[in-house]
Amino acid sequence: MDKMPRWADVFLVPFINLILAFVASGLVVLAIGENPFRAIWIMISGALGSTSGIGYTLYYATNYMFTGLAVAFAFHARLFNIGGEGQATIAGVGAALVLLAFDWPYWWLALPFAIIGAAAFGGAWAFIPAYLQAKRGSHVVITTIMFNFIGAALMGYLLNGIMKNPDTQNAETVAFPAGTHLPTMHEMLAPLGISFSRSAPVNVSFFLALGAAWLVWFVLWRTRLGYQIRAFGHSETAARYAGIDAVRITIIAMVISGALAGLLAINVVMGEQGRLIKEFVEGAGFVGIAVALMGRSHPFGIVLASLLFGMLTQGGFELMWDMPTVSREMVLVIQALIILFTGALDNMVRDPVERLFLKLRKGKS
Amino acid sequence: MDFANTFMQLLLTMDMTVRLSVTLILACLAGLFSERAGIFDIGLEGKMLIAAFLSAVVAYQTGNAWWGVLAGIGGSMALSVIHGLTSITFRGNQLISGVALNFLASGLTVVVGNAWFKQGGRTPTLSGNARFHEITLPFADAVQNVPVIGQFYAQVVSGHKPIVYIAFAVVPLTWWILYRTRFGLRLRAVGENPAAVDTAGVSVTRMRYGAVMIAGVLCGVAGAYLATSQAAGFGREMTAGRGYIALAALIFAKWRPFYALGATLLFGLLEAISNLYPNINVFGIIDIPVQFTQALPYILTVVILAGFVGKAVPPKAGGEPYVKER
Repeated sequence: MDKMPRWADVFLVPFINLILAFVASGLVVLAIGENPFRAIWIMISGALGSTSGIGYTLYYATNYMFTGLAVAFAFHARLFNIGGEGQATIAGVGAALVLLAFDWPYWWLALPFAIIGAAAFGGAWAFIPAYLQAKRGSHVVITTIMFNFIGAALMGYLLNGIMKNPDTQNAETVAFPAGTHLPTMHEMLAPLGISFSRSAPVNVSFFLALGAAWLVWFVLWRTRLGYQIRAFGHSETAARYAGIDAVRITIIAMVISGALAGLLAINVVMGEQGRLIKEFVEGAGFVGIAVALMGRSHPFGIVLASLLFGMLTQGGFELMWDMPTVSREMVLVIQALIILFTGALDNMVRDPVERLFLKLRKGKS
Repeated sequence: MDFANTFMQLLLTMDMTVRLSVTLILACLAGLFSERAGIFDIGLEGKMLIAAFLSAVVAYQTGNAWWGVLAGIGGSMALSVIHGLTSITFRGNQLISGVALNFLASGLTVVVGNAWFKQGGRTPTLSGNARFHEITLPFADAVQNVPVIGQFYAQVVSGHKPIVYIAFAVVPLTWWILYRTRFGLRLRAVGENPAAVDTAGVSVTRMRYGAVMIAGVLCGVAGAYLATSQAAGFGREMTAGRGYIALAALIFAKWRPFYALGATLLFGLLEAISNLYPNINVFGIIDIPVQFTQALPYILTVVILAGFVGKAVPPKAGGEPYVKER
């Protein structure tokens, strides 16, 4: 018999956690002498009050969907992939190599190959830690952290060396061919007569992210591989007895996770920057951890959590303009508190709620 | 290049190695206490960052660097309390808790620093007694002209700030606590087999909180060193990944105090080399890029972790919350 109903497990507990995280964030804003309710209002109107705000919110949400799905996919095999940051960075190299290889005439022709390039490089960067975990027993958390730093160093080397644009001082590649430009929301909606901000970077990758979310759901809950991954994550020993190959599952789960994180490069490098720059991931790999926790590792939850975190990021920029005493890093504090309350302090809320439901049930019978 | 010149270069490199290793040593030992008791701590970075910030603030306000160190320890221990609550009391995921605390420190320091000082997250520059100053050890001036040994003593051993000597003293102290006291025996046992310790009538919870708190103190000193000794004030993200290098060093050292000293000195040397000689040319054939030297600590750690050079076996009960059987 379950201790509490499913709706309480899936919605009530995360909701209370989220409220606690926001209350704690509000206290921080209060402590530096500002009005937390005004801050919330600025953030919400900044994120949703204009098509430009919505466009940026969706653009960030796209990134977080990719990294959140990456973390969640590995979570299902009980692997904690902290390496999204590095995998996405290296995926940028893969995407850039593809996009610079030809003078692509059309974006829809370039996109599938760019996806393959990004996913392959991101997956490869996750493969080594996965292999070491599966074969040599080195903890994937530590190796993926190490690979984040190695990836950043490699990126610095490439962008200051062979991939550097010789015409500029910055560590960046030359611009991609004009034909690789992905349609933005503005360009997609204009023929339908809907006006959308021209400056917002949200592009066709947003739909790619939604597609990836559906695909992750399908693979995890509708295929044999997904079943094996979830069984392995649930109980490694039981899975071994059932004849599931632990090495194979570990490596496949991590490589798919790395490939998902790598797709972030499509949104940022191909969709927004139009060239490869050094620190384009901007911490999205880590936000993915918060997104996966918030979304309970379910693709539907991850899409919702990504939208929330997209709003937070975009709202945080607006906060910086309208409330100069509160700096942009407030977003980081809120994210940290959400990870803390929904991820690490989950039992603090769960235990009392469980006890409450047990008491209610006893009262009835 | 003549011999004297090369030797001076060598001394300069060693001197810099010592100074750059201090934060790594303290953070690595912090991790050692915590992980030996079975609590993973990837929040070393965050604890040092918040300690660096608070030490800079308090040293600036009081004009005394030692008050700064105390404040740094306090801030770091506050995060330790949270880590203890999440991973011991509420049996949460220790890795996730560490990630959250790193985020929290990196956000809070800038938000609060910016609100207080309006310098984009930096604190005002420390001067006078708000910073630590070099100590010249006895006879250092007298022997500085004695070749080799005298020069080594004057250049590398003498002339550091107080926390440097504290850090190097903590290494044998850690060894002594872990291997020669009852507390140390229990601490190691709690990380290997908590149920046995519990059966012996020792509180697993109390031991683990103790270890996490010690880690807090050491990270506090490490962070205070960054802001009041190595630099003159706090700058955003000034720990720059040192908490993670310390974690790497801990694995490299196979969770042992003196090995930890060796590993952190090696990683400190690599940082010193990449600072002093950004581009190294080997025999005029290959240029070693600075990024390679910077990434080397991480690459070495992965190699060690992979078990190609000796095997690093972590404490057995690491990362697992202890639940008493009923």
